[in-house]
Amino acid sequence: MEKEEVIVVKHLYKAFLDKVILNGIDLKLHRGENLGIMGKSGIGKSVLAKCIVRLIEPDSGEITVLGKNVLACNDAELDEIRKKVGYLFQGGALYDSMSVRENLLFPIRRTQFIDKKHDSQELVERSLASVGLLDVIDKMPSELSGGMRKRVALARTLILRPEIILYDEPTTGLDAVTSGEISELIIKIREEYNTASIIITHDVKCAKIATDRIGIMKDGVFMAEGTYNELIHSDEKEIRDYFI
Amino acid sequence: MFLDYILQLSFLIFEFDYEKNMKKNTKIIGNRQMMARKALFQEEIRNFDTGIFIDLGELAIFTGKVIKQFFQPPFEHKELIKQGFLIGNKSLSLVSVTGFIMGLVLTMQMNPILSNFGAQTLLPGVIAIAMVRELGPVITGLICAGKISSGIGAEIAAMTVTEQIDAMEVSGTRPLGFVVSTRVLASTITVPILVIFADAFSFLGAYLAINVFSDMSSTLFINNAFGMLSFKDLIPATVKTFFFGFFIGLIGCYKGYNANRGTESVGYAANSAVVASSLTIFVIDLIFVLITNIL
Repeated sequence: MEKEEVIVVKHLYKAFLDKVILNGIDLKLHRGENLGIMGKSGIGKSVLAKCIVRLIEPDSGEITVLGKNVLACNDAELDEIRKKVGYLFQGGALYDSMSVRENLLFPIRRTQFIDKKHDSQELVERSLASVGLLDVIDKMPSELSGGMRKRVALARTLILRPEIILYDEPTTGLDAVTSGEISELIIKIREEYNTASIIITHDVKCAKIATDRIGIMKDGVFMAEGTYNELIHSDEKEIRDYFI
Repeated sequence: MFLDYILQLSFLIFEFDYEKNMKKNTKIIGNRQMMARKALFQEEIRNFDTGIFIDLGELAIFTGKVIKQFFQPPFEHKELIKQGFLIGNKSLSLVSVTGFIMGLVLTMQMNPILSNFGAQTLLPGVIAIAMVRELGPVITGLICAGKISSGIGAEIAAMTVTEQIDAMEVSGTRPLGFVVSTRVLASTITVPILVIFADAFSFLGAYLAINVFSDMSSTLFINNAFGMLSFKDLIPATVKTFFFGFFIGLIGCYKGYNANRGTESVGYAANSAVVASSLTIFVIDLIFVLITNIL
């Protein structure tokens, strides 16, 4: 039996002035699946992810997240969906004026998130422990390295127990060892939290480790789709070139 | 709707040749065509320096959303107090020194004029009315526009550029409630307090200046100064400072919130926040003077 579809994107279009970025793209993400999205810079990978959570309004098309039509939602309904969809930004996007603890407490307090088993402080500690950074709990974001910032941002994403996580270039700007750790962490999080994920990446190693299926974007649509092994052995040189 | 109306109106005024632009993107159809056309309109309209209409419309929508957030839980008391302290603390010394110098200079300028008419005893009252009704609020407003509005604009623009605002948005935490409404409310409360400080220090400056030229006791100075002030002077002057504070905070937040993605937009947001809020202070002042005169 096919797994439940948690994200369905149909014929999505987005243009910025006269530049078409998404040209009728289709996408399906199943529960528990890690889908990688690769493609050249500026091709629209992040735009697609931001359209899914309506940080960017698409021009037309359909987006269904956890069975709800995102484009037809009002603000309150959208907030409810967003609580179930975590988003890891490229630079981490930690709140500079808050400590790591406050960064993690912030979404709990603002969304009035309730966990019957654990209080807020326990949730913060558990989330940080799951990314292996419990010891930085009282540090400020400016005191953390790039890799640590991403892991703390991931812990903040996890704190609301999302069912889906969108990773926007999770390993960009990190050294090979830290990139590998983040990729392993993505897999660990899926196992621990049973999340489905979209991983936007240029990092071949990350794509190999963390994804079940990869879509390669070109001209606003997916030009190829398949597993890592299928794509690296593709007959088309253009597809193989993405994995060099 | 308002934005649509402005766009349509601007289209008619400037006879914008959108067909030429649309040919660049022949793939766009139906709904997308409308959206692309709207975006092209916006760009062209901005290029024609009429972006002020769009800005005003967007500012009105933004104001509505911010005011709505004032009444929506969770209420951020801690952040409000923190912002109020930061805003007040940042500007208190500057406002006090400026007020003191204003009082001193105004007295030194007015003293010879009033002496010619043998009306030196009126000096404290004249200074009090000038400072309380007009100079205190406007000068403080302008200082706050320079310090507070630009600071808020730059801070929020930096948050926008580093995707912190998006991160709040995407986790359903409503950044308008936490980041914007607290700053606007803090500024609305703090600016009137700063005006009181500016007025008080201007009285001190005036008292010192008067005692350079002649000898006047503090009791006589206070009696003369407050004897000429009435509620008709105090109430409109106080009410308008709340509006100054509100718009100083609001414009700073608006400019920061709508900053573009590049780092240069941080400087632009700070700069445009100062210009827009300074201008707004004069407009509000004019409106209040007109209303006060009618009443």
